[in-house]
Amino acid sequence: MLKVEGIVKSYKTGGFFAKERQNILRNISFECGSGECLGIIGESGSGKSTLGRLVLGIEKPDRGTVRLNGENVLHRTVRLGHLSAVFQDYTSSINPYFTVEEAILEPITAQRKSRAEDRSKVELLLNQVGLNPSYMSKHAHELSGGEAQRVCIARAISTEPECIVLDEAVSSLDVSVQIQVLKLLKELKELYNMSYIFITHDLQAAAYICDRIIIFRDGQIEETVEAQRLKDVQSPYARKLLNSLITF
Amino acid sequence: MRIVHNLSKDKLASLSLIIAVAIILVGICAPVFAPHDPNEVNMKLRYAGPSWEYLLGNDHLGRSVLSRLIYGIRPSMLWVLVALGISVGIGSVAGFIAGYFKGKADTVIMRLCDVMLSFPGYVMTLAVVGILGAGLTNIMIAFVVMKWAWFARVIRTSVMQYSEMDYVKFAQACGISHFKIITKHIIPVTLSDIAVIASGSMCSMILQISGLSFLGLGIQAPNAEWGMMLNEARGVMFTRPELMLAPGLAIVIVVSAFNFLADGLQVALDPQLRTSSKKLRTNEVEKSTYEYAGG
Repeated sequence: MLKVEGIVKSYKTGGFFAKERQNILRNISFECGSGECLGIIGESGSGKSTLGRLVLGIEKPDRGTVRLNGENVLHRTVRLGHLSAVFQDYTSSINPYFTVEEAILEPITAQRKSRAEDRSKVELLLNQVGLNPSYMSKHAHELSGGEAQRVCIARAISTEPECIVLDEAVSSLDVSVQIQVLKLLKELKELYNMSYIFITHDLQAAAYICDRIIIFRDGQIEETVEAQRLKDVQSPYARKLLNSLITF
Repeated sequence: MRIVHNLSKDKLASLSLIIAVAIILVGICAPVFAPHDPNEVNMKLRYAGPSWEYLLGNDHLGRSVLSRLIYGIRPSMLWVLVALGISVGIGSVAGFIAGYFKGKADTVIMRLCDVMLSFPGYVMTLAVVGILGAGLTNIMIAFVVMKWAWFARVIRTSVMQYSEMDYVKFAQACGISHFKIITKHIIPVTLSDIAVIASGSMCSMILQISGLSFLGLGIQAPNAEWGMMLNEARGVMFTRPELMLAPGLAIVIVVSAFNFLADGLQVALDPQLRTSSKKLRTNEVEKSTYEYAGG
């Protein structure tokens, strides 16, 4: 369904006339099936967030394509209503001038669907992410981190997209809230049959929610492994990553 | 509405706002408020002191100083406002394009701004006046040509900061059009920055236009303008210093009002909602000192 083919991305380093380029992503290809949760795990600076932006069509790859149902995601009409995102930083994820209701309705109104049922739709979504409908009129700064992230999730699922990119979506929440949000994401996935691309540095969170995990290093795919068989990883880097986990 | 409410808590800023609005209104309705024709010469009343009929006295041609002061609001403030509006408009468009789309558009616009900003302000204005001739319109043209680049720069910085926000990224990812993103997400948050820098640079423009009129390059006689009134009173500076007082004070009051208003706006527009306002503030201070220095 979502198909990433041979993506290459590099950024210029230095000034206007600089020729040097830093390669962030080198020839990445993978596929994410319908209803699948694909984890992308890597250290900071491994290029996983850049990959997220390319998958979302916000940035243009130097080479290669990202296709959603066979169409290039760089066209915004392809993304409209079919692709969505949740980001790490909940403080800047919601426009400070928007109420929760406006924020959640934003992707829906962009699709120009009927307006009459909007309010009840927002109520339903808030209920689904475990928030009271009274949150509707609140502004972003009145929400706690977990609440803001729930609003972001409600906003992301509002158009019932086929695929959501979760870029470190739970990483900035505290552990007890993390598990709640992960559970919520799991439930919603079953409910709407969406696929997730779950970008994180947290192996445990990824192991909990993902079906398949891509281990990412220096802009390259180190290994792809089924989540159940995570213990059987082959490459030395993946082994090292697994062993460095703190276990209690 | 929130802005007005916040501003009303700051006494100095609300007073400045009232003064600025009042002066603008008086300027627009100058024929109603002016007791005499500002260009009516009456040699009998040459250098006459204040009287009930002529509250601020008469100048070297016996013209009513008060009327000239009131008519002087038009070029000194209203036309400056127009020029400011146009340059902010051009600067905003350029700044939004550069800051939002980045890449090549940004490079081209910013290099253009660099070129414009590398000329000292007064020299450019004098050059434009030299080519097109003296007069208010030409000075306005020179102002717009010079100022837009500066606005574009500042607005670009502000837009760039906000276009990195996750809610903008989310909107882009959802496939919402750029135009809608700019109008719904970026303009509301940058508007406060634009208001602050615009009111701040209003002062420098008023001073500049008065300065140029003082040099005789601005508005032409017999039309009234504060800088020119100062110039006309210059000849009798020691025998009749009070003639300099009225236009001088008018300039001081207007410039201070706009300065205090700019300060007040900065505070009023700083909700706890804004995450990066501190960073932005220091940025602005640097920019505005830069502008005054550059003239």
